[in-house]
Amino acid sequence: MHASLVVSGLRKVYEGSGRRVEAVRDLTFTVDAGELVCLVGPSGCGKTTLLKCMAGLLAPTSGEVLLGGRRVSGPPPGMAFVFQEYGRSLFPWMRVGENVELPLRQKKLGRARRGELVADALESVGLADAAGAYPWQLSGGMQQRVAIARALAYEPEVLLMDEPFAAVDAQTRADLEDLVRRLWRERGITVLFVTHDIDEAVYLGERVLVLSASPTVVQEQLKVDLPAERDQLHTRVSPRFAELRTRVYEQIQAAKRGEPAVEDVPPPR
Amino acid sequence: MTGVPAGRTRPGAWGGLLLRALFVVALPALLFTLWWLASDDSTDVYWPPLRTILRTFPDVWTRARLRADLLPSVLRLLAGYALAAVAGVGLGTVVGSYRRVRAVCEPVLEFLRAVPPPVLVPVIMLFAGIGDTMKIVVIASGCVWPVLLNTIEGVRAVDSVMSETARSYGVTGAARIRSVVLPSASPQIFAGLRQALSVGIILMVISEMFAASNGLGFTIVQFQRGFAIPDMWTGILVLGLLGFVLSVVFRLVERRVLGWYHGLRDSSRRSP
Repeated sequence: MHASLVVSGLRKVYEGSGRRVEAVRDLTFTVDAGELVCLVGPSGCGKTTLLKCMAGLLAPTSGEVLLGGRRVSGPPPGMAFVFQEYGRSLFPWMRVGENVELPLRQKKLGRARRGELVADALESVGLADAAGAYPWQLSGGMQQRVAIARALAYEPEVLLMDEPFAAVDAQTRADLEDLVRRLWRERGITVLFVTHDIDEAVYLGERVLVLSASPTVVQEQLKVDLPAERDQLHTRVSPRFAELRTRVYEQIQAAKRGEPAVEDVPPPR
Repeated sequence: MTGVPAGRTRPGAWGGLLLRALFVVALPALLFTLWWLASDDSTDVYWPPLRTILRTFPDVWTRARLRADLLPSVLRLLAGYALAAVAGVGLGTVVGSYRRVRAVCEPVLEFLRAVPPPVLVPVIMLFAGIGDTMKIVVIASGCVWPVLLNTIEGVRAVDSVMSETARSYGVTGAARIRSVVLPSASPQIFAGLRQALSVGIILMVISEMFAASNGLGFTIVQFQRGFAIPDMWTGILVLGLLGFVLSVVFRLVERRVLGWYHGLRDSSRRSP
């Protein structure tokens, strides 16, 4: 279940009623198989456009996305997507278990296998006994857990997460961050996590990609050399964490002003 | 599991139920009493006392008459309604799904919708004859519009995030229609079906007033022409009762199918 994600020369121009908006100019980066990469950028920098192009939901104007060496032209079966708007991403007419199961039916899996996957995924996110509830009976954090369980049950090679915790409260958010770290380490899925929260990016990622303001290019790539065992209490107060977050913060400020990458940084690959 | 409410019944729920039943019955009882009192000493042939109407009722609406007149009416109504529901939802799903089709169809649909269906009865009689087919076609041709237009709106309004979620998980084609589009549009579809039900009852009666040999509408007109005024009034009462029963059945079905929708609305009202 490992696959790398390669984005090369990606460009997206929206054209409509005489207006041309270049959302993404030229993006090239790689997410290695089994890696957890966080993508940060100033708001409105085309993160969502990028992610939709990667998920095959939007066709790029030029350039391409390769998943495990295969070109992405529509939603690939080995990719799962977790949206920010959990309330609109879960189907309110289906119970939690049915929501998690729906994509598996499309995969033509047998009934027994589906049951196993659903139970296992719900167990992993700590919602083993919520299968019979409707999503709207759960709190926001729980709903996002259901969305994560749905993605896990799909057994993806790559998991794309679009600011998944932007709409939940701070404590729930910390729990969910640890959940993502744990699932990533347990399952070895390649994860690309988009966020606008610098601390979150540094805390979660093995690597942080900083995007420029729109039209988007990669402003900087930063390796996060924090220990693999991270926890909310100690990791966030370690000096290295502070250095890294300062670094990312500076890059984002530079990106907002439209400047090239701050000095003494290796240029983007 | 916290956050998952237990069943709806609570201690004291029976008292609440009784109170609600009382509310439901109160106004009809009052109106009935008023009618009774106001018409009690009426000597007007066209406004017979309610007492007379009620006394006539069991004589007119015997088991045989119910089978001969009420049953055909109801069957025709159900057939026309079902036809309209299937056609309206099916067509509405297609029109609602494709912007181009919608652009082409919308002006025509608006025009056709504006034609009052009773006007079509003589026209439909020309090619569908005067039998059951004509009546079913008349009922269906009137019922289809609210279903169709509401389905189009409901299908159009499918949330973009839900739509993308379905696509990203490979839920496409028939599965998408069945698991995402139709459930998402179902609150609007049901609004259309509800309107269609009252339109259907009206058209059922009207279609039976033209060239018919049985049915509720036919019977009422027969009584009126034969100056059997209290009998005519009982027919109107039966019609009212039929409408009431159908709307109760409709509400039961709706509660079942749209249970999730009411739950969702209640939960978002509690925590905005």
